[in-house]
Amino acid sequence: MGWRVAGAFVRRREASIGVVLLALVIYFSVRTDAFFGQENARVIAEFSAPIAIIAAGEVMLLICGEIDLSAGNVYAFSAWIFYFGATSWSLPIWLAVIAGLISGALVGLVNGLITVLVGVPSFITTLGMIFLLNGLTLRISGAFPVETPGGHTFFRFFGGSPYATLYWAIGVIVVMAILLGRTRWGLRTVATGGNLIGASESGVNVRRIKIGNFVICSTLGALAGILEGVRLTSIQPLQGGTSIMFYAVAAAVIGGTSLFGGSGTIIGAALGVLVLAVLNLGFTLQGVSAYTFDLVLGMAIILSMAFNVTLERVRQSGRLGKLS
Amino acid sequence: MSAAASEAQAAPDAIRVENIRKSFGVVTALEDVSLRLAHGEVLGLIGDNGAGKSTLIKILTGFHRPDSGRIFVHGEEVQLKSVTHARSLGIDTVFQDLALVPGMSVYHNMFLNRELTHGIGPLRFLNNRAMRKRSREYLDDIGVRVPSIEAEVARMSGGQRQAIAIARSTHSAAQIILLDEPLAAMGAREGALIIELITELKQRGDVSIIVIAHNYVHVFEMCDRINLLRNGRIMLDKRSDETSVEELTAIVAAEYRAPRSA
Repeated sequence: MGWRVAGAFVRRREASIGVVLLALVIYFSVRTDAFFGQENARVIAEFSAPIAIIAAGEVMLLICGEIDLSAGNVYAFSAWIFYFGATSWSLPIWLAVIAGLISGALVGLVNGLITVLVGVPSFITTLGMIFLLNGLTLRISGAFPVETPGGHTFFRFFGGSPYATLYWAIGVIVVMAILLGRTRWGLRTVATGGNLIGASESGVNVRRIKIGNFVICSTLGALAGILEGVRLTSIQPLQGGTSIMFYAVAAAVIGGTSLFGGSGTIIGAALGVLVLAVLNLGFTLQGVSAYTFDLVLGMAIILSMAFNVTLERVRQSGRLGKLS
Repeated sequence: MSAAASEAQAAPDAIRVENIRKSFGVVTALEDVSLRLAHGEVLGLIGDNGAGKSTLIKILTGFHRPDSGRIFVHGEEVQLKSVTHARSLGIDTVFQDLALVPGMSVYHNMFLNRELTHGIGPLRFLNNRAMRKRSREYLDDIGVRVPSIEAEVARMSGGQRQAIAIARSTHSAAQIILLDEPLAAMGAREGALIIELITELKQRGDVSIIVIAHNYVHVFEMCDRINLLRNGRIMLDKRSDETSVEELTAIVAAEYRAPRSA
């Protein structure tokens, strides 16, 4: 019986991360007075939404065996393209949003082409892109924050009203979960990361899959950046950056996505984001410092990855058992 | 049997290769190879490492192009341009790595890159139910037993994986299948299952198969005809009921004693 439950966890990694999340919620609601306050729900939502949007893109890339370290810098860069679209180029506000998203997509395309066609590891390609985009963003922005353009209706719909970013994040999670779990694109993404040569011998266009997922990840980075710019009513030259990207990758890993490729889920990553958010809020309410938060986050990442690797070994030994 | 034999004679050869030559720089992999694979036949291709078996298979898969010589598929001369092109002509190869994705279910592997979908207009979603049903039916039909169609391939034995890879190939409507050492590194019982599967496919008569193998006993169990490849040439071409393990062994042994130059 115990083994069957354990087996279910092996198959459904979301279940175990769900249990961790529940345990954290119970712990903090016992240890702090104000955990279930109305304000706190909003704090969690606002903290989680942009990370979850980026994490959904990182999951796709990690599954097909790549990573995008620059998604947090696209977050800043594309928000500025949106700003210039609405101001300098006098585009209607929605077209400015589209321009921002396209700029993100183009960065993803460049990441993908360099990684897949030239053969530079994505870790290096996107590491370079971090600095490139950061420099570019600082240049075009003049290193000063600006007020986010747009009218009242636009603001309400696009991140300005309470929970607006959360609704966007939920929409992204649903669409991406369907894309990964229910479409050819998702299945071929898993196949590409699970057996690159095999997938390619089966006729899967693995280059297209990888490049496409780079584009998806960067576009989601751009969406998150623009939404946050609207929510905060100002666009910062140094918003996002590597910290938000690392939170997104951490959430994906905590949620069961393998850094070796071939497995992972969007829902798992979303739960991983909630774990980070609950930890963040809980420690804040307890008056624990940000240093401790980083310390716990670091342990969580290492433990999750150790768990993943061990899990893989257990599955391998299970296969050897089947042979006899 | 005789009816089947005469029918086989009436149909054009699945593959006919004439005077293929292929060298890589100074190394000549294939001197002058001619062979034919009759419709519905299982042809065993044997020979030592370096005899040119892999090169020949890679040419027939569209991976390499021959320096000279002609290739006919179902009686029509073709230039195999790529693996995709060969596949579009109904030629599929099951390589030793099997091209399966370990972390994916049996039925997703069966339908990889030709997934069944349903939906409205451009919105297409995987039709998992149909893929499960058709995989199960087909595997049952050709006698391949797996623990569960939904289990990951990582949990299958070597023989089961090989069987899934072959089944995927025949299910994709390939008419000519090239099997690269399907019995390599496999136990006797597992090997017997694969031989059974190949025999079953042969009896259905809709596929023609070239099997590369090392083990002569296996070759006699599976194949209608045997070709021995040595130093880039076909040394022997006989029906398997007209030769024996002893004869093949004697030929190869004599070759070893003789000076290697042809």
